[in-house]
Amino acid sequence: MTGADPVIEITDLCYRFGGRHWVLDDVSLTIDRLDFASVIGPNGGGKTTLIKLLLGLLEPDRGTIKVLGTSPERARPRVGYLPQHATIDARFPIKVVDVVLMGRLGPRWPLGRFTLADKQAAGAILERVGLGGFERRSLAELSGGQRQRVLLARALAADPELLLLDEPAAGLDIKVEQDFFQLLGELNRAKTVVLVSHDLGFVSAFVKTVVCVHHTVDVHPTSELDGTTIQNLYGGDVRLVHHEHSVEGH
Amino acid sequence: MEFLHALTQYAFLQHALIAGLLAGVVCGIIGSFVVVRRIATISGAIAHFVLAGLGAARWLQVVHDQQWADPMLGAVVAALVAAVVIGLVSLRAGEREDTAIGALWAIGMAVGILFIARTPGYNEDLMSYLFGNVLLVGADDLKLMALLDLVVIGCCVTLFARLQAVCFDEEFARVRGIRVELDYLLLLSLIALTVVLLVSVVGIVLVIALLTLPAAIAGRFTSTLAGMMGLAALLSMAFTSIGLAVSYGPDLPAGATTIAIAGLAYVAVIGIGALRRSLSRRR
Repeated sequence: MTGADPVIEITDLCYRFGGRHWVLDDVSLTIDRLDFASVIGPNGGGKTTLIKLLLGLLEPDRGTIKVLGTSPERARPRVGYLPQHATIDARFPIKVVDVVLMGRLGPRWPLGRFTLADKQAAGAILERVGLGGFERRSLAELSGGQRQRVLLARALAADPELLLLDEPAAGLDIKVEQDFFQLLGELNRAKTVVLVSHDLGFVSAFVKTVVCVHHTVDVHPTSELDGTTIQNLYGGDVRLVHHEHSVEGH
Repeated sequence: MEFLHALTQYAFLQHALIAGLLAGVVCGIIGSFVVVRRIATISGAIAHFVLAGLGAARWLQVVHDQQWADPMLGAVVAALVAAVVIGLVSLRAGEREDTAIGALWAIGMAVGILFIARTPGYNEDLMSYLFGNVLLVGADDLKLMALLDLVVIGCCVTLFARLQAVCFDEEFARVRGIRVELDYLLLLSLIALTVVLLVSVVGIVLVIALLTLPAAIAGRFTSTLAGMMGLAALLSMAFTSIGLAVSYGPDLPAGATTIAIAGLAYVAVIGIGALRRSLSRRR
């Protein structure tokens, strides 16, 4: 795989919140195919904004964004999205399979009818995320980790080339989080993964690139990441917990 | 018993019962959307704005002798206008949404009251609009109600998966290429039509209770949105029928009786749930 196969190309991007303060200022960023990028940075630094710009949910004030070689909006059918868990009402009365099927909705299904093939695909994807046989279970009765897997299955339902995940591991305990990253690592063999990480010190061994967002953006291969990087990002007074990385290929 | 006997004799009671059942079906379906999407306040504003339409139509009918201006028609127009205006405001305005909703709520009431004040028969009209008078529902009203029922149920059945997706996670639905704005406006319009149906049964002020209470009760016993709708529809029909029956003997207002029964049922379900939780914790 050559490096010159970008999935995300951002050039000179500026975005202002409500037309006032700059959330993202003069950002340029390239993510290559089959990369596994973790977006880190302080709250309000623009991580979620970056994801929403990549989905075409927000319009940049300046600059260009290309996703999968086209505009964010046109790329949407080939992108899988997992939103922050706070946006989902955990008590919504719905079966697991129906959540996953939402990932197969599209403008071509004007009435939102699903075929047998859709349902079989949903079952297979649930199997893939380790929730085989959970189709008829109610979303409300699942644990936090299981619910995140359901939302990941929904993101995977249309077999996307690029996964955009906004804090998929927030609120999960360490063991569940590790399993979740293991799964993402496996998916990464065929798909590019970009995830926003809430937890700054923890960068999973599967992550290949770290994107530091604090109004501006710096990109580091995980092998280069050290205390100075994190301190620059968070403005100094941060104690770094050292992790054993096992990074391959750098 | 006395009620059942009277039911076989009086057409107005039969009409009232059928009106309650027709309103109950859509109330359960649309009420479930209102509860899971958390738009009870928006529905309240649409309901109160309906008074403007009712008042204007009645004024045209009585003062200007425009017989085509049926109050039900006025209500449909006003409810749809309110739904579209609120929909556009809430899609565009963001944080100032509640102010706009409150304004529309009050403006609708004010306009309605001004029209009614200019119409002879002021008090009776106003009271029956505000608190409902299901005993006044005529055969023509029933036909219009049945039509509204068909429209609302037809839309919900054909668009169920889309509407569910938009209610569950609007942003994700947008990413999947669904025209979320259109679906949201459609949902609000369906709420508007439902509100009109309910106004003739329980009145403007009490609509919001019948729209939310059966769905809220149903939500505690079901694990799918469709199941919630079915149970809520059955509950709504039961509440309107029981309300009518209970109110008949002592000559109580049927709308208020219906809501009181629905409210008691809701409190009982919540109370029993809380009691069971605290008992199981003690063990």
